[in-house]
Amino acid sequence: MANEVVLLDALASMFGMRARVALAEKGIEYEYREEDLMNKGELLLKMNPVHKKIPVLIHNGKPVCESLIIVQYIDEVWKDKAPLLPSDPYQRAQARFWADYVDKKVYDAGRRIWTTKGGEELEAAKKDFIESLKVLEGVLGNEPYFGGKTFGFVDIAFVTFSTWFLAYETCGNFSIEVECPKLIEWVKRCMEKESVSKSLPDPHKICDFVATWRKKHGVGVGRLSAYMSTVTLDRFECVCFWGLLSF
Amino acid sequence: MASIGRKLGFDSSFGFIMGEVKVIGASLSLFCCRVEWALKLKEVAYEYIEEDLRNKSPMLLQYNPVHKKIPVLVHNGIPIPESLIILEYIDQEWKGYALLPEDPYERASMRFWAKFVDEKCVQSAWAACCAEACERDEAVKSAQESLGFLDKQIEGKKFFGGEIMGLLDLVVGSLPNWLRFLEEFAGIKLLDAEKFPSLHEWAERFIQIPIIKERNPPTDKLINYIRANPPTTNKP
Repeated sequence: MANEVVLLDALASMFGMRARVALAEKGIEYEYREEDLMNKGELLLKMNPVHKKIPVLIHNGKPVCESLIIVQYIDEVWKDKAPLLPSDPYQRAQARFWADYVDKKVYDAGRRIWTTKGGEELEAAKKDFIESLKVLEGVLGNEPYFGGKTFGFVDIAFVTFSTWFLAYETCGNFSIEVECPKLIEWVKRCMEKESVSKSLPDPHKICDFVATWRKKHGVGVGRLSAYMSTVTLDRFECVCFWGLLSF
Repeated sequence: MASIGRKLGFDSSFGFIMGEVKVIGASLSLFCCRVEWALKLKEVAYEYIEEDLRNKSPMLLQYNPVHKKIPVLVHNGIPIPESLIILEYIDQEWKGYALLPEDPYERASMRFWAKFVDEKCVQSAWAACCAEACERDEAVKSAQESLGFLDKQIEGKKFFGGEIMGLLDLVVGSLPNWLRFLEEFAGIKLLDAEKFPSLHEWAERFIQIPIIKERNPPTDKLINYIRANPPTTNKP
């Protein structure tokens, strides 16, 4: 077995996208396998019996689980190209800290925005989400990337959430660009990299996923009048609106 | 990238000297002793500063403004919070005793299980302790399920790190005393020797190692503390 790499993943997962970006950064060829999370396959259950979650990177038959651990593994195995973590111990600690912050703060608040029915719960989720984004905007400062001059670990950890921004904005009726303009500039800068643009799905697809989920779980379903989306492929712009109903 | 402490208002007014290592912690915390064990294994001298978690100091709030938690390692006046991040920093910064293996797959595996201990074992054990009577059996079962995974990991091995103790041993290491305290406090059984013989045997051996024993929160002190300060939250 020369260098067989398989990624068990799900298109809309911001965690799975991290692995995709890291693999693309390193120029690694791999087999992508889309997992049906409602009907998990035997291979996933065998490779991640503890959490039964994607992503799972299978390298020469051996599984690596948890997205940030996968990214570090990729960085350590394919160390001769495009380093993702800095070599200095303190800078590595910083990078790990802020990637962990994304997981602890951004993910949780974001999830609450798109799964909640509305009212006070939604407002609290929005407040927490915006607050966490402002902290990260402060961390970025005036550098082009979280990694400084080069794209790195924290950029990978966070940029994948940008495909979900439109969904969060639509559910929460707010604009991330108004709240954190520098972060949106940073997203656009990252999207100029092929490793990012080719690894992240169209935000419109995320909106599809969220709309389907909300309908299935009776969240914000009622007088859903229209759902329309158009995509202009050359500028990756996406207009997506739902008839937002009884909140 | 802005430093964790520097960007968020850190200054050197607390008078640190270059090369100096300090650990801001709480003696009964199961996360703090990991850091001290790691420094001892690396033979790094450090000063320990006890923090009163009911009345957090300006120093802690300045060194960990994001999470406001202990432990915080301060090296050359610069803070590093989060115990697992601190352990990796210690391993990289000071040579000598290796906490993590060289092989990337073994490293990934150790990181996975370290995260599992904090996210599953610790949380589920605490949940079992705090559960209402009607939910207790289910909560204990869930906590034991996570210990079962650890038992399989240590089966046939001297340490989680193999022949010598590693990062994962330090992470799991404070669990045995802590679980014993939860068991006594809540009247439940978690680390069952019959169900988890390998984990139990490793635990009995590990807590006797002198370097571990001298800085392991003792069960009786944990019990006294919790009796004086009953938990109000479902987080440990």
